[in-house]
Amino acid sequence: MKSLMKIFIRYSASLLMLAVALPSMANDLLMVRTQQTFPEAMLTLQTSIKDHGYEITRVQRIDIGLTGMGYKTDKYRVVFVGKPKEIQYLVDKYPVLAAYMPPKISIFAEHDETVLVTANPMVYAEMITDEKDKVLFRRWESDVYSVFDDIRAADD
Amino acid sequence: MKKIIFFFVLLFSMNAYSAPHGDELFAKHCSSCHGKDGKGGVGVPLAMPSFLNSVSDEFLKKTIRLGRPGRIMPSFSTLSDAQLNAVVRHIRSWSDKQAPAEDSTVVKGDKKHGEKLFASRCAQCHGADGKGGKGTGVTFSRKRDLPIIAPALNNAGFLAAASDVMLRETISHGREGTPMVSMLDAGMSKKDIDDVVAYVRSMEAQAEKLEVSLNKNDDEPAILVADSPYGMDETVENLKQAITDQNFTLIRTDYLDHGLVPTGKENKKQVVLHFCNFGFLFEALAIDPRVGMFLPCRVTVMERDGKVQLSTINPKRLSKLFNNHELDESCDAMYEVYSSLLEDATL
Repeated sequence: MKSLMKIFIRYSASLLMLAVALPSMANDLLMVRTQQTFPEAMLTLQTSIKDHGYEITRVQRIDIGLTGMGYKTDKYRVVFVGKPKEIQYLVDKYPVLAAYMPPKISIFAEHDETVLVTANPMVYAEMITDEKDKVLFRRWESDVYSVFDDIRAADD
Repeated sequence: MKKIIFFFVLLFSMNAYSAPHGDELFAKHCSSCHGKDGKGGVGVPLAMPSFLNSVSDEFLKKTIRLGRPGRIMPSFSTLSDAQLNAVVRHIRSWSDKQAPAEDSTVVKGDKKHGEKLFASRCAQCHGADGKGGKGTGVTFSRKRDLPIIAPALNNAGFLAAASDVMLRETISHGREGTPMVSMLDAGMSKKDIDDVVAYVRSMEAQAEKLEVSLNKNDDEPAILVADSPYGMDETVENLKQAITDQNFTLIRTDYLDHGLVPTGKENKKQVVLHFCNFGFLFEALAIDPRVGMFLPCRVTVMERDGKVQLSTINPKRLSKLFNNHELDESCDAMYEVYSSLLEDATL
C-alpha cells in the first residue's frame, strides 16, 4: 500500500512539475487597452516599469508633425525599457539582438482610451541559441504581462 | 498518513484553483481588441446579440484557435482545450440565448451563379475576391462609425471556422447592428443564397494561396547586416550621408546603452542612428499604428574585435509579427530602404 502511495505521489508530483514547466501562450504581440487617458496611462506604465525593476532609457515621440499630415492623434510615444546588465550581456553575446535592444513599448491614444503594445520578448528568444538565456526572455514576458495587469487594474 | 492526505488535499485544491477562468483569459488576451465587455474596438463586437445568436461555439473555438491569417486576429494555438472552452463560455455569458448548434451540412449550389450574385450584391463591402473591407480594424486605419469592417471571406481561418449553414444563415438574415443586411429581405431567393454560399466556399483554394504568400517570409533572418570596410567613425558618417541621400531625416545619434548607464560611461563602440521619413511614417501608422514600436527607423553600428558591422531589424520578418497583410507592402519597401542604406554606407 505504501509503495502504491509512493508511486501515486511521484506521478502527481511529476504532473505538477510538468504543468509548472509548460510555456504560457506565446502571442507575438502583447497589447492592453485602458480607459485611462493618455497621461494617466503613461504615468501608470512608467510607475509599473520601475516597480518591476526596469529602467526607462528614453521616451520617444513618434507623433511630431503627424497631426499636420492628418493623423488623428498627437499622443504617441515609444518607451524604451531595460535592465542595464541584461541588455549589455545580451548584446555582447548575441549581436543579432543589437537591432532590437532595448525593448520598446508603444503607447498611443485612441479617442478617450489608451492602447499599449509591445513585441512579446519571446520573439527575441527565437533569435538566440543558448537555452539558458531564453529563461531571461521568459521572465521579461512574465513582467510585461504583470505591467499590463497593473494598467488594467488601474481601470477598476 | 495525515501528511499524505494533507498533500493530496493541497494538490487538488491547487488544481481547482488553477482551473482556467474565462474572464481572466479574455481580459489578458482578447480585451485589448474586442473591448473589456466584448463591445468591440479593433476587433469584432462579440457581445452583439446578432453575432452571438448566429455563431456556434465551434465557430468561436476554431476562430480563436486558427485566427485570421493576415487580418490581425492572431492564432491562439497554444491555449489548452480547457482554456479555450473557458474563454468561449465567458463570451457566451453575454447572451441569455443558447448557442446555435454546429451544423456541418454541406450547402449545394451553383458557384458560377453565386459568383455573379456576389459581384453584384456582396463585393461592394467584401471586395471583388472576398478579401474583405479596406483597413484591418486597427484603430486609425478606418472610420470608427461602423461597428465592424466587412470580414475577409477568402481567409483560411474564416473558411475553416464558418460552416456552410452559418454562411447561409448570415447571408439570409444579416447581422443587426452591422452593415450586413438580410439578403432574403433584399430580394435574393433561398437558391440564390445557396449559390453564393457555394461560391464563398470555393474561395478555399484562393485562401490557401494567400496563406502561402503570408508565410513567404518565415525563413527571413531576424536582422539585415553588413560588414563595413571602414572604421567606426567613417562608417557612421557614411551612414548619415546615406540616410540623407534616401530622403530620410536624421533624428539623433546616440549610444545603444544610452539611459542604461551614466552619461559619459556609454559604450562608444555601439552607436545607433535614428532617422525618419514622415510621409512614410504616416502611411505606416495609418495602416497599423502598432508598428510604432519599431519606429523611428534605426541602424546600429557596432565595432567588435576591430571589425565594424551595421545591423537593422528585418522588416520582412516583422511583418509576420503584426499578422496584417496590408503592412506587407510597407515592410517590403522598408526592407529595400534598409538594404540600400547598408549597401551605400559600406560601399
